Amino acid sequence: MAEAPRLDVPGAVTAPGASAPSHTGAPFTPGPRHPAAAPGATDRPAARGADAATGPATTPDRASGGRARAGVRVVPAWLWGVPPVVVLALVFLYPLALVVQQSLTPENGGGAFDAYASVFASHGFREALGTTVWLAVGATVGCLVLGFALALVIAFVPFPGAKGVAKFIDVFLSFPSFLITLALLFIYGTVGMANGVWSDLTGAADGPFHFLATPWGVLLAEITYFTPFVMRPLLAAFSQLDTAQLEVASSLGARPARIVRRVILPEALPALAAGGSLVLVMCLNEFGIVLFTGAKDVTTLPMLVYGKAILESDYSAACVVAVVNIAISVGLFGLYRVVSKRAGA
Amino acid sequence: MLVHSKTGRWAAWSLFGLLFLPLFALPLLVVVAASFSTHWSGAFPSGPTAGNYASAVRGESLQALTTSLVTALVASLLALTVGSWAALAAAGLKRRGKRCLDALFMLPVAVPSVVVGLAVLVAFSKPPLLLNGTSSIVILAHTVLVTAFAYQSVSAAILRLDPAYEQAAASLGARPAYVLCRVKLPLLLPSLTAAAGLCFALSMGELSATMMLYPPDWMPLPVRIFTATDRGSLFSGSAVAVVLMATTLLVLLAVSRIRTRATYR
Repeated sequence: MAEAPRLDVPGAVTAPGASAPSHTGAPFTPGPRHPAAAPGATDRPAARGADAATGPATTPDRASGGRARAGVRVVPAWLWGVPPVVVLALVFLYPLALVVQQSLTPENGGGAFDAYASVFASHGFREALGTTVWLAVGATVGCLVLGFALALVIAFVPFPGAKGVAKFIDVFLSFPSFLITLALLFIYGTVGMANGVWSDLTGAADGPFHFLATPWGVLLAEITYFTPFVMRPLLAAFSQLDTAQLEVASSLGARPARIVRRVILPEALPALAAGGSLVLVMCLNEFGIVLFTGAKDVTTLPMLVYGKAILESDYSAACVVAVVNIAISVGLFGLYRVVSKRAGA
Repeated sequence: MLVHSKTGRWAAWSLFGLLFLPLFALPLLVVVAASFSTHWSGAFPSGPTAGNYASAVRGESLQALTTSLVTALVASLLALTVGSWAALAAAGLKRRGKRCLDALFMLPVAVPSVVVGLAVLVAFSKPPLLLNGTSSIVILAHTVLVTAFAYQSVSAAILRLDPAYEQAAASLGARPAYVLCRVKLPLLLPSLTAAAGLCFALSMGELSATMMLYPPDWMPLPVRIFTATDRGSLFSGSAVAVVLMATTLLVLLAVSRIRTRATYR
């Protein structure tokens, strides 16, 4: 599934109006009689109702308003959170719990961890786990290096059309991932563009590009698709960097490489960490790219879940793989949340 | 400006072009070019035709397009309702409760979408709720997957909201429901439409969970593209892919127009 790009951009969630400037509130603040309008008041309806009800409101008109709001106070704020949580629990948490349950109760009887034992013992699972992890790590490193270099040029060596490129990246993010694999089939496929050019030039019957059905093809597609996810937070972080720092460093005689290493990189580290861990999780969960490659020997954990469940109808094994996949991804995603919080997202 | 010398700048730009164009621009161009041709065995595609599109907008492909549109529309509206309700409720909570809701509603992002598909399939293939084989199971899975994004963008927008407006309204005697309908929601409208656009785009391109549970009579566009390319008809598959991209872009464009009109209101 395509991931939401525009959300966890560090710095994008700055709250310009979060602390109410007093001059905005001033015309509406009738005085200390209405504590709800004071700048420090919380925006919780219940608290406001309480303040209004207990405040020294004198006119009968206001008093009735206060009573009406006091009536609302009967519904505490947390109760409003219950309906969406119930919906989520019904359509998401309950199914997940069933997956865990089914992974522990194999269809053909046996102990609770029999399915786990047989899946962990299988060669295919261990290979899939290894492939998934190295592909995800490799793609993340590739995305970080490439995204940093590209964002650096867009932000600090601007050229006419750099804004357009940034827009293009936003659009790129809204397309599904499998389109990249589809395109790579035309570019590097056995009868594709690159091989065609090669055989036109050398007269050979066969081109040298046969990596698409190998893990390298998946790696290339993942780096292509996920690099924009690193570039977005980086560009946001770069736009907040004070360019005077660069000018000072440069006027003191620092070369570009040194400025990048000593000034820009430390600034960009939080954004890099946040983007990198997001991409790592998304690569671990990527399915469309691997499915479209059509390679038989590239099996990742999501592919294994699909294969076991749909192609082999072995739901217990699929659930076991799913639980392992959830454990890895949710653990890493928790790490990402911590990192991006620290980065100020 | 990081690089001051002219040659250095040109070096940086050409490096950028060398990396950017083949990696990001070429794939999209190639898919578009392939959708207009029948052969590709050299440097350039050959056999220009519009026949791929003729078949991409009729029969099964047209059905897949409407399926995708209906699924994406319903799923994003449902997700927007649940997500923004949860975000508004979370904004009224204390730190602890807000963090709990945040974690709960972000969980579907972390869980692989294939696993979400498997979970929904396992849970709704047996009583009490038997949805397997119907269109609602696809819509349900899409809703689960995009709700997290609706929640995240709406709660980020609530953070940016100036509380002075609602405080002013409340101090003038507006009840919470009135403040919500006449002050908060209109102020949030641009972010709500943006979130709806995002959910729509994600749902249009969703493949992994859909592969797990689509019934034969409810086949969305990405699955259709996969079945076409899996059979080897890459060119008609890429025409369908272009239709998918164009539809997504059109909807995003329309949504961004709504957004600007709401901003200036």
